[in-house]
Amino acid sequence: MDFSLDLLLNAFISGLLLGGFYAAVSVGIAISFGMLDVVNIAHPAFILLGSYVAYIGNTYFGLDPIVAAVIALPAFYLLGMAVYQIYYVAFESRDDQALRGLSFFFGLLFITEVSLVLIFGVDYRLVEARYIGPSLHLGLFDLPGRLLVPFIVAMAMVLGLQAFLSRSFLGRAIQAVAQDQLALRLMAADPVRIKRIAFGLSIATAAVAGAILIIIQPIEPSIGREYIGRVFAICVLGGLGSFPGMVIAAMTLGIVESLTATFFGPSWAPAVAFGVLLVTLAVRPSGIMGR
Amino acid sequence: MRTLPFALSLILVAAGVFAFGRWLGNSYAFFAGYVVVQYIVLGTAWNILGGYTGYVNFGITAFFAIGAYSTVVLHKLAPVLPLPVMIVVGGVLAGIVGLGTGYLTLRLRGVFFSIATLALAVVVQTLITNWDFVGGARGAYVLRPRTAPLIGGEYMQYLCLIMLGLGVIVLVTARSIQRSALGYGFAAIRDDEGAAEASGVPTLRLKLIATTLSGAFMGMAGAPLPYYVTYLDPASGFSLNYAVNAIAMPLIGGTGSWLGPVVGAVLVGGLQEYLRVTISSAVNVLVAGVLMVLFVIVAPQGIVGLFQRKR
Repeated sequence: MDFSLDLLLNAFISGLLLGGFYAAVSVGIAISFGMLDVVNIAHPAFILLGSYVAYIGNTYFGLDPIVAAVIALPAFYLLGMAVYQIYYVAFESRDDQALRGLSFFFGLLFITEVSLVLIFGVDYRLVEARYIGPSLHLGLFDLPGRLLVPFIVAMAMVLGLQAFLSRSFLGRAIQAVAQDQLALRLMAADPVRIKRIAFGLSIATAAVAGAILIIIQPIEPSIGREYIGRVFAICVLGGLGSFPGMVIAAMTLGIVESLTATFFGPSWAPAVAFGVLLVTLAVRPSGIMGR
Repeated sequence: MRTLPFALSLILVAAGVFAFGRWLGNSYAFFAGYVVVQYIVLGTAWNILGGYTGYVNFGITAFFAIGAYSTVVLHKLAPVLPLPVMIVVGGVLAGIVGLGTGYLTLRLRGVFFSIATLALAVVVQTLITNWDFVGGARGAYVLRPRTAPLIGGEYMQYLCLIMLGLGVIVLVTARSIQRSALGYGFAAIRDDEGAAEASGVPTLRLKLIATTLSGAFMGMAGAPLPYYVTYLDPASGFSLNYAVNAIAMPLIGGTGSWLGPVVGAVLVGGLQEYLRVTISSAVNVLVAGVLMVLFVIVAPQGIVGLFQRKR
């Protein structure tokens, strides 16, 4: 095996950039699972839906994938609100989240995946944009555009959401729901309405995450499953609901995966997330920045 | 009904089904029958953990494929071994993996166990894909013997008979658990784990028993698969269809009792076989997912629950 500083450094950098993308993928789960306690295992399926929206916008209308995602944001927000409404009426209000609520999301994951297969087939799809081919050369390391642009978009989204959650009235209300729903009810606020908005937001992030996913790699409907282990590993490792913890965890996982792919072969990379998840659950279930 | 008469009548039913298949003399009947009975086993295995204790296992394909791939390995190393021995080996291996996963994650909230099992399916698939001895990503061929041992006729009939036998074992186990102290312990965990723990139910030990049993039965259901498909690759062995069907069938039939998964598997499995022949195989996989989502929203107690309420 060739081992050189050059290779190590570049694997490290691309892992860091990949980690930024993982943060964008996980931010929706950090909101839904970490703050609202809604275990949305179908989130990766919504991300793939976002990828296909970006694909359609790019291929048929010549839009930049990220612009297409931004246009699709309101639709995803509404979709998220609708999904939460069904979830609330059918499961949360009946206090039946564990078995049937989880199965509901699992069913959504499966239905979305099979529908995408029926519509688009199992061929790999990709998008075109000016920044996908070239790389930025900085001395020893290369910054490939197809990783750099997603990294910047992802970081902008995570920082924007963090600012929204900590500064705005609505954002603070969402954090209040995460802390104590009963107290919120006693102050005459409606936790269900706030959770609906927050869940809509979490699904809206999937539109952007999907667009940057298809910039990073060609997609087909079943790759969403690979992200389930990753996003939950990141959220658990980061400490549920903590954005800074999530970003650190995402970059750690990105770097470890990139090093694994460079030195052991890319087919081993999906196993890394599971190892991280199991070790975290066994050793420190509250995560690195847990409450 | 006591356990022994119940087991005997199940054996009679299984023998009747098999005799009917022989009388039909149609080999498609055995292929379709095998699939439906396989889902009865898989659904019941899932239900022992999911329905009885309320812990959701999404990693069905991991356990199922461990069983299937242990048969591939044994077929390469010692092809003379009879299939029932391979099934036992596959079951033991899958049971050990179930115990290990449970031991690491079951002390936490149930949802972490579910997430860990989802990730487990991905990691076992990664391991198998990277393991050249069992064919890696290319897959492995397992040639089916031409004739069945003991009973004569096509080998497929033998596979179907084995699966029926497995079905009887799993159903008798599931039913006797339901009516034993173990089953009441499981139900206590499902209804209120904190209260169960406080009244002296050894919750962790019971949960570990459930995960081990459930995983072992899933592995057993998967063990004959290589002989059924004759070509096994990771993409088909880890197909999400198995996972969705194994969860959908108990939820559609009803999770509270042993009968639910049977009703669900016969109805949904039969419907899928029918749709596969009449419409297309792409639509038939969608059916289980859509029905599952509809049932968990509209009829949380499943079909069995609907009839119990009317009485």
